[in-house]
Amino acid sequence: MSEHAVAPYRNDFLREVEKNVEEGHWVKMCMQCGVCAGSCPLGNAWAHPPQEIFMMIRAGKREEVLTSDSMWMCTSCYNCIVRCPRQLPITHIMHGLANYAHRLGLAPKGQPTQATATLFWNNLIKKGRVNELTFSLALYFKDGFVQGIKNALGMQSIGLGLMKAKRLNPMEILGGHGVKDQSGLQAMIAKAREIEDRKKGFSK
Amino acid sequence: MAKKEYAFYPGCSSQKGASASNYLTSVNAMCDKLDVTITEIPDWNCCGASIGYAEGGELPRLALSARNFALAETHLPGKQMVATCAACWLAQREVKERLDHSEVLLKETNEALAAAGLQYQGTTPIRHMVEVLIEDLGYDALKQPVVKPLEGIKFAGYVGCQTNRPFGIAGESFENPVYLDKLVETVGGEAVPYDQKVACCGGALAFSEPEKSQKQIRDIVESAYDHGAEMIVTPCPLCQANVEIYQSEINKKQGTKFSMPVLYYSQLMTIAYGGSAKEAGLDGQLIRATKLEEIAKK
Repeated sequence: MSEHAVAPYRNDFLREVEKNVEEGHWVKMCMQCGVCAGSCPLGNAWAHPPQEIFMMIRAGKREEVLTSDSMWMCTSCYNCIVRCPRQLPITHIMHGLANYAHRLGLAPKGQPTQATATLFWNNLIKKGRVNELTFSLALYFKDGFVQGIKNALGMQSIGLGLMKAKRLNPMEILGGHGVKDQSGLQAMIAKAREIEDRKKGFSK
Repeated sequence: MAKKEYAFYPGCSSQKGASASNYLTSVNAMCDKLDVTITEIPDWNCCGASIGYAEGGELPRLALSARNFALAETHLPGKQMVATCAACWLAQREVKERLDHSEVLLKETNEALAAAGLQYQGTTPIRHMVEVLIEDLGYDALKQPVVKPLEGIKFAGYVGCQTNRPFGIAGESFENPVYLDKLVETVGGEAVPYDQKVACCGGALAFSEPEKSQKQIRDIVESAYDHGAEMIVTPCPLCQANVEIYQSEINKKQGTKFSMPVLYYSQLMTIAYGGSAKEAGLDGQLIRATKLEEIAKK
């Protein structure tokens, strides 16, 4: 991890992003028009809209980029991609930066979308398919037991409505849906993670 | 019409007891009426959805979708893969594009797949059910089985994001796609102009950033009311869930009186083709689509 220690500026940050961030090799192509910022449904929630993030990467502002919660505002609507005059895969780059920051331990602590994403991924990897019941419960209780009870009570009428409509099954608590070849799927994910970690410098 | 057959990727939310189980119910009924056979891909897995990237990273996510392709290629060779979920379809398309254009990622993904005894060949195209309907069958064929046109019902066609961007349906505009409106008209309904047609419902951020997402949902539902719609119709399971489920929350917090049913295109088609309310999965609505139930009873 030492090579990734936080430094506010690093003049090789663009190279680092190109090497380690999904679709990061596109960052140098941004021409700073700002159409992405104006096209984002949560645009006003971004401390630094995508074109700013791109310029900050090129300016070597490593710490400010990787500790920002901006990328975590992405809803994956892909509006920025289809409107970008240079056809940068902006959504993917934002996803890639968020993942990279998280893997380096630099994402803002307690960032709700980061926490939700981790719960979601761990849920789906367990059996190969998402268990919506255990995922919802894990979400409610992510900020502790008392908050969890409050959250669950707040969503009670919606939960009961979904159960009545047979769109939420309390029996899923016993395990629920999953793939048959769970050991194969988990071995595949472990292998993929191992290769990625080696390539991107996450390996211990 | 000629019988069509596909390898079917239903996705997590379509499973029994999951949030879009009524989507699958109606898709099955619709396909029966259209003589389309969909065979479930054995042992398919989750695609990682739109939030999987943050913990899963790149290669594990590629491996997930590649595993689905590999299973389809092994068990249902020669058949195209069809998905009903926007995120499933998008993930499969993205991964196919990455793997078909990068020898490095292809090699690494196959190295991961080998741990599960599988291999990605890249021979299976991925389609959305909407593409099957409008491209493989065509609007004329979709009109033929209509026995109960949905006359007099005004629908706001809510296409949303992931069936529309970044790939979308061939020949459609990203800003104003018209296929959903055309589908509504094909089954006899009226498609009202709707300025939130391609707006984002907040997606997975409905869970993590409820206030930001519910602002989006409020705009979407409000615009449907403003344009005289009685129901919203969508091709996406997360759009459906978010826009229907959170109306009661928004009412509670903001004093609105939203009660707008949110349907899938496949439910409209099932009812128009003479299917029962149960076959169309109308019993799965939190906000009942009373007018459709009445047509089904006729």
